[in-house]
Amino acid sequence: MMSFPISGAHISPIYLAIMGFVIGILGGFFGVGGSFIAGPALRVVGLDWNFAVGTDLAHIVGKSVVAVRQHRAFGNVDLRLGLIMAFGTIAGAEAGAQLIQMLKRAGNVNLVVSIVSIAVYVSISTFMIWESRKTLASRKRVRAPGAVTDLKAKQDHSAFQHVTRGIQRLNIWPMIELPASGIKAISLWIILLVAFIGGCFSGFLGGGAGYIRMPSMVYVLGIPTHLAVGTDLFEIIISASYGTFTHAVKGNVDILIALVMHTGAAIGAQIGAICTQYFAGPKIRMAFVPLPLIGAAIVIYTLITGHKL
Amino acid sequence: MKKETATTLRAFVIELAVYAVLVIGYFFLVLHFLGEGLHSLERNHRYAYAGTAVLLMIGQAVLLQNVTTILLRLIRGRRKLR
Repeated sequence: MMSFPISGAHISPIYLAIMGFVIGILGGFFGVGGSFIAGPALRVVGLDWNFAVGTDLAHIVGKSVVAVRQHRAFGNVDLRLGLIMAFGTIAGAEAGAQLIQMLKRAGNVNLVVSIVSIAVYVSISTFMIWESRKTLASRKRVRAPGAVTDLKAKQDHSAFQHVTRGIQRLNIWPMIELPASGIKAISLWIILLVAFIGGCFSGFLGGGAGYIRMPSMVYVLGIPTHLAVGTDLFEIIISASYGTFTHAVKGNVDILIALVMHTGAAIGAQIGAICTQYFAGPKIRMAFVPLPLIGAAIVIYTLITGHKL
Repeated sequence: MKKETATTLRAFVIELAVYAVLVIGYFFLVLHFLGEGLHSLERNHRYAYAGTAVLLMIGQAVLLQNVTTILLRLIRGRRKLR
């Protein structure tokens, strides 16, 4: 057991490192923060809820730095898109937090947040199962076995592509080009809106909301899945750093716990990022499906038992 | 192919073992001594603590990634020489 004076907790560093390792693999592979696992896993060992949220955000910063450096080496990060999205995400996170305050005053915050989150999680999973299966079934082209390394292989197909193209054609000034993602023109407002909605969910439901942002980047903006994963992680570095700072000011971050968790996450995130090179986009999206369902299961458990994991 | 996979796995296990030893040393040598300083910073200078927390996290991320990259290079490089 190791003593952490900031939060007053006594936790095994091995437990923290192993937890970080598992979350690191998920983060590197799917481009998510993994709060739906880290939060409950920190609560189980007795960390207060406020410290669990803030500390998890701090660890997400470090894990994302590692994963982004690895993804960048593979050409999976669109820096311009990530920077634009960071603005929308931060604004959205503040709006989501304000919404929570309003619901708190109305006195029905827990029920509303729980029902909204279950609906969102289940909808995302259902949609992604439908889309990935349809895309995989329609892809008759045989790819060479082995690693997916070239850009053409990363430009994955989607059964939802017609809608994505329609969104890209919306001519709302200013239109910008995203050469790294292979997008010739898209409205800046659509990118900001997607980021803002992701940020709202982040502020409203907690965590980084990568389970919403990553699919939105693929289906709404038309970013290839590998690039969506890498760029989402890059954007998470900025928004989670901001979140860590504000939570630390409020006294919700035990940075020592985050540093220990990160020793495991550093290696897990690299493994996760490398693994993306061996899977095509629709398969990564298909594998993503259980993550929002785990989130939904945790919320249902909380609703039924009354214990916040 | 199977031999290649086994070699990669072996290199990975060696890397994990060396990394685990380094990390345990890091827990006791660095984080143990940082504890009190950070605790007092957190109590007395919240904004400085918040900035330090973010910088520490990013710094550790860069450091550990470089350590794992060097480890991998050393382990795989030595295997190639054999």
